[in-house]
Amino acid sequence: MTKEGSSRLATFPAGIVGAGLGEVRRRIPSDDPPPLPINGALDVVGKPVPRIDGRAKVTGAARFTVDVRLPGMLFARVLRSPHAHARILGVNMRAAADSLGVRAVHVVTEAGNGVLQTVHYRGAPIAAVAAATRAQAEAALALIKVRYAPLHFVVDLDEARQTYSPAVFEATLASSPGFSRSTNVWGPVRDPFASGSRGNVADGLAEADFIIDGQFRTQVQTHCCLEPHAIVADWQPNRLTVYTSTQNVRGVRDELAETFGLEQRAVRVISEFMGGGFGSKLSAGDYAFLAVELSRKAGAPVSLVYDRHEEQISGGNRPGTAQLVRMGAKRDGTVTAITVLAFGTAGTEMGAGVGNFAQSLYSCPNFEMVQYDVLTNAGPGCAMRAPGNVQGAFAVEQMIDELAERLEFDPLALRDRIDPSLVRREQRRIGGDRIGWNSRHPAGAEVGTIKCGLGVAQSFWPGIVDTSSSCEVQIERDGSVVLRSGVQDLGTGTRTVLAQVVAEECGLRAEDITVLIGDSDFPAGQSSGGSKMTGSITPAARNAAHKAMRALAAVIAPKLDATVDDLVTKNGRIFVRGTKERAMSFRDAAAFLSEPIRTISGRPADYGGYRLTREAGGLAQADIGGVQFASVEVDTETGIVRVKRVVAVHDCGRPINPLQVESQIHGGIIMGLGFALFEERTLDRGTGSMLNADLEQYKIPGIADVPEIDVVLLENYHAQSSTDACGVAEPATIPTAAAIANAVYNAIGFRVRSLPMKPATILATLGKIPSLDWSL
Amino acid sequence: MKDIHDRDEKWPSGSDRGLIKLNVNGIEHRLHVESDITLAEALRGPLALTGTKIACNRGACGACTVLLDGQAVCACMIFAIDVGQRAVTTIEGLCRDHQLHPIQESFLAYDAVQCGFCTPGLVISAAALLESNPHPMLDEIKTALSGHLCRCGTHPHIYEAVLAASTARIK
Repeated sequence: MTKEGSSRLATFPAGIVGAGLGEVRRRIPSDDPPPLPINGALDVVGKPVPRIDGRAKVTGAARFTVDVRLPGMLFARVLRSPHAHARILGVNMRAAADSLGVRAVHVVTEAGNGVLQTVHYRGAPIAAVAAATRAQAEAALALIKVRYAPLHFVVDLDEARQTYSPAVFEATLASSPGFSRSTNVWGPVRDPFASGSRGNVADGLAEADFIIDGQFRTQVQTHCCLEPHAIVADWQPNRLTVYTSTQNVRGVRDELAETFGLEQRAVRVISEFMGGGFGSKLSAGDYAFLAVELSRKAGAPVSLVYDRHEEQISGGNRPGTAQLVRMGAKRDGTVTAITVLAFGTAGTEMGAGVGNFAQSLYSCPNFEMVQYDVLTNAGPGCAMRAPGNVQGAFAVEQMIDELAERLEFDPLALRDRIDPSLVRREQRRIGGDRIGWNSRHPAGAEVGTIKCGLGVAQSFWPGIVDTSSSCEVQIERDGSVVLRSGVQDLGTGTRTVLAQVVAEECGLRAEDITVLIGDSDFPAGQSSGGSKMTGSITPAARNAAHKAMRALAAVIAPKLDATVDDLVTKNGRIFVRGTKERAMSFRDAAAFLSEPIRTISGRPADYGGYRLTREAGGLAQADIGGVQFASVEVDTETGIVRVKRVVAVHDCGRPINPLQVESQIHGGIIMGLGFALFEERTLDRGTGSMLNADLEQYKIPGIADVPEIDVVLLENYHAQSSTDACGVAEPATIPTAAAIANAVYNAIGFRVRSLPMKPATILATLGKIPSLDWSL
Repeated sequence: MKDIHDRDEKWPSGSDRGLIKLNVNGIEHRLHVESDITLAEALRGPLALTGTKIACNRGACGACTVLLDGQAVCACMIFAIDVGQRAVTTIEGLCRDHQLHPIQESFLAYDAVQCGFCTPGLVISAAALLESNPHPMLDEIKTALSGHLCRCGTHPHIYEAVLAASTARIK
């Protein structure tokens, strides 16, 4: 609704192109632009336009936070706890402060009491030093004297759940409400994001013909952004300017303003280019507060850049889980009950649940979810690409596979029966054809040492919408067009999709649009998280461009002897509809302006309303999903799994740039491949130390590990907004590990229930080496 | 093998800081450095050539890759004082007269770029590969680029870009 509440009806494309495309009438705010036709009828949107900032990236000209150099800039280093759990008896900074080149020192304080009393994981920050060179700062760290009283600690999820386990936090926190089960176990959380339990699972299990149980375990995965967490803080008397590698310039601005008692307009946060963000850069982080304190004390800009070791131990991670899933089903395939019991650990943080995958994907009237957060003396977890749902999918999608076998259904046929999504039905059909599903053999049917297998798994991600941000579009008198917004580009291509949307509206090319983002001084942005950016900000861009073009049309319509509504823009020209000669170039039109046009627009609520209100999460009517198929080879002598091919069929509303969407889907699959086969944070139980805090022992996929990836992208219109686009970064990573696990089962006839599926895990599953038993 | 310890005569004996010459992108630079400064740090610091990235600082990720007499090496694994007279080519030196190198054009066309942090190193390695092997097979491309990590997962578009640049040369 607009301010005046006036609205009009408009007809939108709705459904999948090539598979039942139709139309839908929606009431939209009266000043919103007319519906866009499908991509095939457009010039710029929907085309594989090269990234407008690509040249800066391939030439090394792109300036990241780690590249920022300010006059007089100091370099900071952080002293970190060598103990997994210790009381801090005293911190003496005197020698460090007097050390060569040191300009400022700062000791970390705890919120509330103003001193640092306890550190809870090995690598927790204690103090920081800013000096003229990084080497001088490093040398000064060695002069800091800390007296520790080491405390008992626990780093293992299973041990931490026991009643005899050492407490990760002191009694004050552990005795707070929620810690009913044992010292470190908080919960149960019964109502995770979006909806809670439903029906009665006891009744559902009672009417089932088959009941199956499965226990699953997922490891801790670290983010491994190639650009580490980094900040340059420049505290000036009137203003704090911060350059930082962040997914959220606006959020960091707000956090810093609040922490340091500044007005929001006195803080400016800049993130021109940032080298990877998968959830660990959504907030300011303790390093940001340290850098600002040091800058304030030193009266000089301070650069604080994590090294790779710090990044691994303190930069955030995907929490580990242990899950027990139970499903009941009738012979005809009807699923009558699903229960999930999950324990997760995000180290010293909360939020280690398994998402809403199990409760949302399949029709099942009886569902119960019981999740517990388990504290451990380990590096803090945080959001990571589809938090919770990646872990949840690994369990649920293997259970569906198992259920299909028990019911003697084909896994695709069972999903046709229980998955209400018509979009995924189409995706299963397309993907099944591509991977050659009909040639799939029964589980473990192959003879020989190296066995092949095919597997499938599905993806579900809620369509999150953020209406808090806006875009400004400016048309200059020389015909240049500038868009400004306080959003940021993680490498997903946000700059380029914004340019495409504005260019389409102006009848220009994407490269004609200057997109200025990554600065909190621009109109309010939003965080790049939850795959919500494209769906939330591109409508604002189109709406602002539409308003600007209406204003331009009002100026030139009289010159062309036409009305505003008669004018159309295409190929850099403005025409009177239906004519060729009554036209002028965009540049000539802009020259008629007496002053530049500046318009600003936000994003109204979803056309057709939300499934969940903004207050309850702002979920769009349509979810984003996908179906992935994996083809694997398992060497039963060495235990090595090789993924040969992945077929990934996804939808993301209107794809604005299919080439960039494909890049996102590749990225999701490859991160899922690392989760499936290689990545695992290894903590030493005796010291709490991370044993592979680097990039050679902590292995992420390299180019030789990457299979052939066949991406099929559906154009699936929902009539949700003026661009009708959605993000896709997270849905693409959810099903990958589960699809690979199902393919491994199909190959060897044994189910792998813990990640990663490294050679030892496979050999233990095959009974060729002893396995470590574990049980919930 | 050239003398890699060809330090400038102005290196004061017993000091950990001295003057060296570095031939970077065809320009000879004279700079004072500490003896433990790596080539990557010298490029990014005193020479302000920040296109060369440091991501692991121990030769595991390839982000800092530069050419040393045409060979792709990790600039974080060699001290600046040990470079000697060898010619260093960084990402900034790959484009001539604002004209992109064909591999850079190909990276753009195939969207072989996401966040862009690992990109300069990959572009350098791919350029070195095509120089020594103008028409590599897919496996040869994967071998040549296997020292590079990319967390955004750009790999399929990267090898498509390299294959396309190689094919374009046949025409």
